[in-house]
Amino acid sequence: MKRLVALAAAAGLALTAGAFAQAPNFDDPEEFAKQREQLTATPMGPEGMPWEQYLIDTMADTSAHAKEGPYTVCFSNAGVNNPWRVVGYTNMTEEVALHEEIGEFIHVDAEGSDDKQIADIDDLLAGGNCDILIVSPNTTAALTPAVEKACAQLPVIVFDRGVNTDCPVTFIHPVGGYGFGIQGAEFIAENVEPGANVLMLRILPGVDVLETRYSAGRRILEEAGLNIVGAEFTDGDNAKTKSIVEDYLARGTIDAVWMDAGATAVAAVEAFEDGGYDIPVFVGEDQQDFLRKWQDLGMTAIAPTYPTYQWRTPIIAAVRILQGEEVPGPEWVLPQPAVTQENLEAMVNPAMPPLHYAMCGCEEMPNYPQAWGGQ
Amino acid sequence: MSENALPHEPARPRRALPQINPVYFVLAALIVAIIVQNPAFVEPTGYMNFLKRAAPLAILAAGQLYVIVSGGFDLSVGSLITLVVVGSSMLTNNDPNATWWVIAVMFGIGLGVGLINGLVVCYLKVPSLIATLGMMITLNGLALMWSGGAPRGYLPDSFRFFGRFNFTDLPVIRILPVAIIVLVVAGFVLYWFMHRTNFGRLLHAIGDNPRAARLAGVPVNRVRISAFVVSSLSAVVAGILLGGFAGVSTDVGLGYELQAITATVLGGAQLLGGRGSVPAAIAGALTLMAIFTLLNFLGLPQPVRQVVQGLILILAVAATVYRQRRAGR
Repeated sequence: MKRLVALAAAAGLALTAGAFAQAPNFDDPEEFAKQREQLTATPMGPEGMPWEQYLIDTMADTSAHAKEGPYTVCFSNAGVNNPWRVVGYTNMTEEVALHEEIGEFIHVDAEGSDDKQIADIDDLLAGGNCDILIVSPNTTAALTPAVEKACAQLPVIVFDRGVNTDCPVTFIHPVGGYGFGIQGAEFIAENVEPGANVLMLRILPGVDVLETRYSAGRRILEEAGLNIVGAEFTDGDNAKTKSIVEDYLARGTIDAVWMDAGATAVAAVEAFEDGGYDIPVFVGEDQQDFLRKWQDLGMTAIAPTYPTYQWRTPIIAAVRILQGEEVPGPEWVLPQPAVTQENLEAMVNPAMPPLHYAMCGCEEMPNYPQAWGGQ
Repeated sequence: MSENALPHEPARPRRALPQINPVYFVLAALIVAIIVQNPAFVEPTGYMNFLKRAAPLAILAAGQLYVIVSGGFDLSVGSLITLVVVGSSMLTNNDPNATWWVIAVMFGIGLGVGLINGLVVCYLKVPSLIATLGMMITLNGLALMWSGGAPRGYLPDSFRFFGRFNFTDLPVIRILPVAIIVLVVAGFVLYWFMHRTNFGRLLHAIGDNPRAARLAGVPVNRVRISAFVVSSLSAVVAGILLGGFAGVSTDVGLGYELQAITATVLGGAQLLGGRGSVPAAIAGALTLMAIFTLLNFLGLPQPVRQVVQGLILILAVAATVYRQRRAGR
């Protein structure tokens, strides 16, 4: 039961970047190199609105899909079963509210089940009301036939995790798991001496995006000549994370901590605090609790993100497609910024809940912060 | 329990040496193994951290033992822990001064949960396995509803004091986590009630043979309900310690009910009632934590650890049964 729940949590937390989903190779040097390049590429599109920006300059012609409004936009969602997806889905509904052209927004929640999502898509198609279908697939292989079937009837947008078909008008996703791993590990390599001890903390094995984050992180740390003292699974559990770090501290020094996701980052920091150790170089994620800790303790840290603003993009794309405007496609790769010392100040907001993801691109939206649980 | 039906011969010790519960030997062996793996364990920070981490489970196991001895199970404690942590973070609402009344409210909730468990078992005649399983699911749902599925706040330092704070710069032991003080106090109270009061004797009596106990005039229902209340209150204490140790998360109590039952069995308690010791249950909890720690140090992955935990549970029960047969009681 514990494993199941942890798996579900991590699978959601982790979120697959589906571009490499066909190959179960989690250490693909080509994909690694591509994502490393994309991290530093200058995005195209409107300045300061990363959810409308794109890194690959090919456009999909959508003139065939143009039609009169108001539009019915349908969304088959893998689930709203973890804090990341809760923040993301809130972004999405708030984005819908910004578009008068959208007459109706139909959301069906697959609750983390492939079978339910396949049935959901069937129902939406059979209902015949949808002008466009947005899919956030639960798993890549299982949902591919359902998406192909939908493509035959109406324009489809896939985002977050991918599918093994290029029939959707566009597949929206940020740079990806390798990029996440690279950002954190490069920061560590820049901020510690060669030969320094690095502890890698992972949620659990076997989830593709977590594996790619790890393989990329490990590659960079090894290339930099750092000493990886251990790679431990925390199951996303605070108490376990803290215990693991305490045990490592009892046996030796730790100069940096790399994490594949930030949910338990604060517990890891506390292990150093409570034991009276200096806080080492830290990799977290953009949850508010970690950012606050970072600011309070004046840590040397970085927070790579898997930005939740990507939930705004499918709605923007849907409206453009139905108006016959071109959109980036067949892949719409969004920038994937990290929270660094430079923008930390702007990202911290004590009014937001601890697990609110700061890189939401939602601060300017009308119902911020109440809609996201802020005060 | 045919072995219990033996005629009451005068007790004749089979061995000259006093019988010591084997859990203590197992624990000692495990600790030696940990020290071999990690010499830093003999430093105060090593064993104090270990005890601090084991404190919630030890208290929970000692509380669970009351229900086990009375002949039942309490599966609701894990989700009660979650409810305590989530509920406390919602109620304190980042106000350090709220800690005391929030803790009082949590004990109130624990009291209520224990009463309901006990009443359902005694008066609705629902087997405790089912009654507390239902309570487990209900409480989990309540915790999720209350928090909306994700933590909504932090626990203030005044609340986290019990599970997190260490007294440092002490002579000899250098460091003393507050959680260990809580463990010693709670452990002693639970020991006293179980082994030094009439209530403890009645508890053993109804677990051993409820019909005989009832015929002998034991207020069976009242004793049984009290056992569930003790178990729930111990879960509240464990929840306060766990929330203090690691902060708010919505699955903090997951799996603790089975670990607590495993710990009592390791300590030689008899499932279905009638026999058990608080110090041995606490030793059982420490043994379980020592096993986890050792498997961690050996770098074994989680699935292997689960296999080991399952095998240990079976072996422990087998050993208990064997010991009882040997002892003839």
